[in-house]
Amino acid sequence: MLADRDRIFTNLYGFHSPWLDGARKRGAWDGTKKILELGIDAIIAEVKKSGLRGRGGAGFPTGLKWSFMPKEVKERPHYLVVNADESEPGTCKDRDIMRHDPHLLIEGCMIASFAMRAHICYIYIRGEFIREREALQRAVDEAYEARLIGKDNIHGWPFDLYVHHGAGAYICGEETALLESLEGKKGQPRLKPPFPANAGVYGCPTTVNNVETIAMVPDIMRRGADWFAGMGKPNNTGTKLFCISGHVNRPCNVEEAMSIPLRELIETHAGGVRGGWDNLLGVIPGGSSMPVLSKEISDDILMDFDSLVKAKSGLGTAAVIVMDKSTDIIKAFARLAYFYKHESCGQCTPCREGCGWMWRVLTRMGKGDATIEDIDVLQEVTKQIEGHTICAFGEGASWPVQGFLRHFRPEIEKRIREQGGRHCAPMQPLAAE
Amino acid sequence: MPTRKLIIDGKEVEAEESITLLQACEQAGAEIPRFCYHERLSVAGNCRMCLVEWVGAPKPQASCALQVKDIFPNKDGTPAKINTRSPYAQKAREGVMEFLLINHPLDCPICDQGGECDLQDQALYYGRSNFHRFNENKRAVEDKYMGPLIKTIMTRCIQCTRCVRFATEVAGVPDLGGTGRGEDLEIMTYLDKAFDSELSGNAVDLCPVGALTHKPWAFIYRPWELRKTNSIDVHDAQGANIRVDSRGGQVLRILPRVNEDVNEEWISDKSRYACDGLKNQRLDRPYVRKNGKLVPASWSEAFELIRAAARATRPERMAAVVGDLAAAEEIKALKDLMRALGVVNLECRQDGAKIGGPRPSYLFNTTIAGVEFADALLLIGCNPRWEAPVLNARIHKTWLNSAIKIANVGVPYNLTYPVEQLGGSTSVLRGITDGSHSFARVLRDARRPMLVVGPGVVARADGAAILNLAAKIAADTGMIGPAGKPAEGGWNGFNALHTAASRVAALDLGFVPGEGGRDMAGILDGAGKGEIDFVWLLGADDVDTGRLGNAFVVYQGTHGDAGAHRADVILPGAAYTEQDGIYVNFEGRVQRAERAIFPPGQAKEDWAILRAFSDVIGRRLPYESREELRRALVADVPHMANDDALPGSAGTDPAIWNNIGAAGELDERTPLASPIADFYLTNPIARASETMAECSKVYVTGAIKMAAE
Repeated sequence: MLADRDRIFTNLYGFHSPWLDGARKRGAWDGTKKILELGIDAIIAEVKKSGLRGRGGAGFPTGLKWSFMPKEVKERPHYLVVNADESEPGTCKDRDIMRHDPHLLIEGCMIASFAMRAHICYIYIRGEFIREREALQRAVDEAYEARLIGKDNIHGWPFDLYVHHGAGAYICGEETALLESLEGKKGQPRLKPPFPANAGVYGCPTTVNNVETIAMVPDIMRRGADWFAGMGKPNNTGTKLFCISGHVNRPCNVEEAMSIPLRELIETHAGGVRGGWDNLLGVIPGGSSMPVLSKEISDDILMDFDSLVKAKSGLGTAAVIVMDKSTDIIKAFARLAYFYKHESCGQCTPCREGCGWMWRVLTRMGKGDATIEDIDVLQEVTKQIEGHTICAFGEGASWPVQGFLRHFRPEIEKRIREQGGRHCAPMQPLAAE
Repeated sequence: MPTRKLIIDGKEVEAEESITLLQACEQAGAEIPRFCYHERLSVAGNCRMCLVEWVGAPKPQASCALQVKDIFPNKDGTPAKINTRSPYAQKAREGVMEFLLINHPLDCPICDQGGECDLQDQALYYGRSNFHRFNENKRAVEDKYMGPLIKTIMTRCIQCTRCVRFATEVAGVPDLGGTGRGEDLEIMTYLDKAFDSELSGNAVDLCPVGALTHKPWAFIYRPWELRKTNSIDVHDAQGANIRVDSRGGQVLRILPRVNEDVNEEWISDKSRYACDGLKNQRLDRPYVRKNGKLVPASWSEAFELIRAAARATRPERMAAVVGDLAAAEEIKALKDLMRALGVVNLECRQDGAKIGGPRPSYLFNTTIAGVEFADALLLIGCNPRWEAPVLNARIHKTWLNSAIKIANVGVPYNLTYPVEQLGGSTSVLRGITDGSHSFARVLRDARRPMLVVGPGVVARADGAAILNLAAKIAADTGMIGPAGKPAEGGWNGFNALHTAASRVAALDLGFVPGEGGRDMAGILDGAGKGEIDFVWLLGADDVDTGRLGNAFVVYQGTHGDAGAHRADVILPGAAYTEQDGIYVNFEGRVQRAERAIFPPGQAKEDWAILRAFSDVIGRRLPYESREELRRALVADVPHMANDDALPGSAGTDPAIWNNIGAAGELDERTPLASPIADFYLTNPIARASETMAECSKVYVTGAIKMAAE
């Protein structure tokens, strides 16, 4: 279990004041100027050394991402955009940071912007997050008031921070769709390349980072990369916020070291699976777009990027969704498929047409109104979506179905057999043909 | 230009870095299926049909969206391998095709796009060959109202967004867009209003499926039944290249042909949809006026009557006027006939434009393609959106891709791009001429400035004086550069814009008043005063026929329009689709149209009518065939032989620019304005078209509501 002294988000549960005085007591804004005085290269080197990987889902090394920004500012200004469009089902980590520890995020924005030579940072906050936006805005106003940020601040790096409120679309969490939406356009992902580091918001060099990633930076800089890298396993370092929900006794958000075993995580912090570990059916380890794990895998899997990829899943946002044996797993995944069908932006063909197809087939399967062949068709449809789309939504929509089919195919076959299969048989050739 | 080596389908090619992989594959001879990609629109990359295999890449690549410069070589330094026909690429495309078809109605037998449908064609190669496996209900989408020209069957839509991008990027009218998300994404005009562009028909051409089809032509043809003839459009003076599709003696549709220098691949809605006017109100036999009424007559009766009238009139009391749609041949024949009769009162400027003189003074010297090189543009009393819609799209394109500064002297019009309004009075022009107006500096500082004098300006009483000022501005602000094409550094920024397709050819042929001859105003005045007794109107319907007094009027033309109503003798001629013809567009570009169908009834080709009459009156014209006529034409005006060439448009002698038009008093009170009151009803063919009448009601007069409320 992570020692309390190693926690970054010390007010995750909002027991203390989230505002400036409270945040300062917990160490925020301590020596920020000194951090900036280290210089850009030293900051990036430190972040690289810490092994921090993006906490938004893809796990891209943060320091490396920052180093993609142009080395000098030419006619186009640089921007930092913080992705606070936290919409992945099961995920609720960023909202608690913004509600209860907003100053960590603001300080992180300051340091990260400095490291990528940006004077302006936008925080794109999810449309449904009303209170979170209010809290964050209040904290931003406090920081301006205290001249911690602003054009003429005490840290000597002119820096403006804007909180932008989205309109509530899952796809706007995709970084280029987010940029489109931020520019006032329809939130549809852009074609890549060019990548945002080259042409991002308003066509200028931009880095998009997750809230948690940015909020971790000040502590990494204060306590040193070695401290951070000392937790977890190589290449999967540091601490991570886990959001445990579903059929556990005490659903919670908790900060833990990376590479903690899933079972330990659930049993230590969430009071264990409802009805005991043996009552477990499956776990989605990283938010709804990551493939589900069967109980056998869940028994000894480690919660980090590499181990989960090895198990054909992913850490994603580390939103652990636990399902016990009372779950109608087919209907559960039909519901997830409905989410993806509903949230597909409709721009490119495979995702627009395929998501609806998957949802419809899964809904039929839930009722047992399907054929065994439908299972193979469904599998192939997911393969036809995956990798054929403009953005990663195609993967996000097809992976859960693939994982489901991988581990629960017998369940579907059983349902079909029990319900007597498809009620209207596929078309038979007519005599006249 | 930097290039990069690629191995496409096993063939090593050298591709320019600036192009896309799709273009590189095509250069290498591979065929790439596509729906959303279009050369003239921005890249959307959303249909995913153009997927190819990049060996080593984790996913198939959308070749339309991948630039060659972004394709890095393999780790060992060998060129990247691209496979367009591998099973991997084939499978990816088949997957996309299956997705496109699951919610497509597959109603090809009743779809107007059938036979020329991209989806149909590509389904042949990429459709699943065996049983379909989509066992759900198909999505149905409500049809949308897009105006009188576009019929929508939105269930067929594959959301490629070509029409949306066309509306925004080419037409400059962002009326189309997508609403909804995921499979509920629907293309519409948001409020079910008509797509308010003069180029809207092109969106239908772009639609790769049958979602947008031509409303006026719904269910009347199958593409494979049509005979295709290359022709030139006459509804404005741009000379857009068109293809006339006909069946059994009827023109059923008109489509654009590609000509990068003229119309790219766009035509205006009038050029396209006015073709139903070719059937209505046609003059299909000669008529003569007896006791105040027009009655059918034979050709010989009609000729005899004209001969008698002409014989009874002295040449100086006779006049001939060429209309807006005439081809060079009939203008030449009429000119030769009139010269033989000794007539000098010849006029081709029905609107009374004070234009003529040295050839560059009445041409669009910059050329249409040259507009893209301009960096400052002064519009003088013109509304290119109505006077030459395709040219306006070119200006819009230039504005979109460059920092061109555009200003307008005259009544402000919505031209789809921002225009600085300098005021409507001619006094502004004077200010620019003497340098006191700030825009003079903009023109002087520009590398390639240009100005456009509108047709309404030169038709004013002070037209010659304005033309004179415009030429001075051109000469003083460096618009007249060295010789050569714009691409080679040459530049001529002085441009006259015409709306009459016949105008430049007629001016080239010198169909203007001879020595002591009367111009348009003179002819009308003379007719009113009884000094002109005989007028030959060659398709001239836009003269004020009420002012022709008691003159004997011969109307040779196609439609029962204004000219025919006033005529004493009607000679039924051929429309532009019914005879070969040479047209010279406002750039001075010579283009040839071919006959698609025969003239109706007893109507004849126009030159043949004139040739036949010349025999009757005993002044036989020296040509027996159109070919001989063309030889005579070229002998008269040598550049008529140079198809598609632009004779001497740039780099003229600077001295002539000081003597264009005539210095004179300016009318400072009447604002400069376009002469077109209704874009859809500018000529006899358009006025006979029911489609154009409906467009006029929707888009111009507002008699039909624009939104389907």
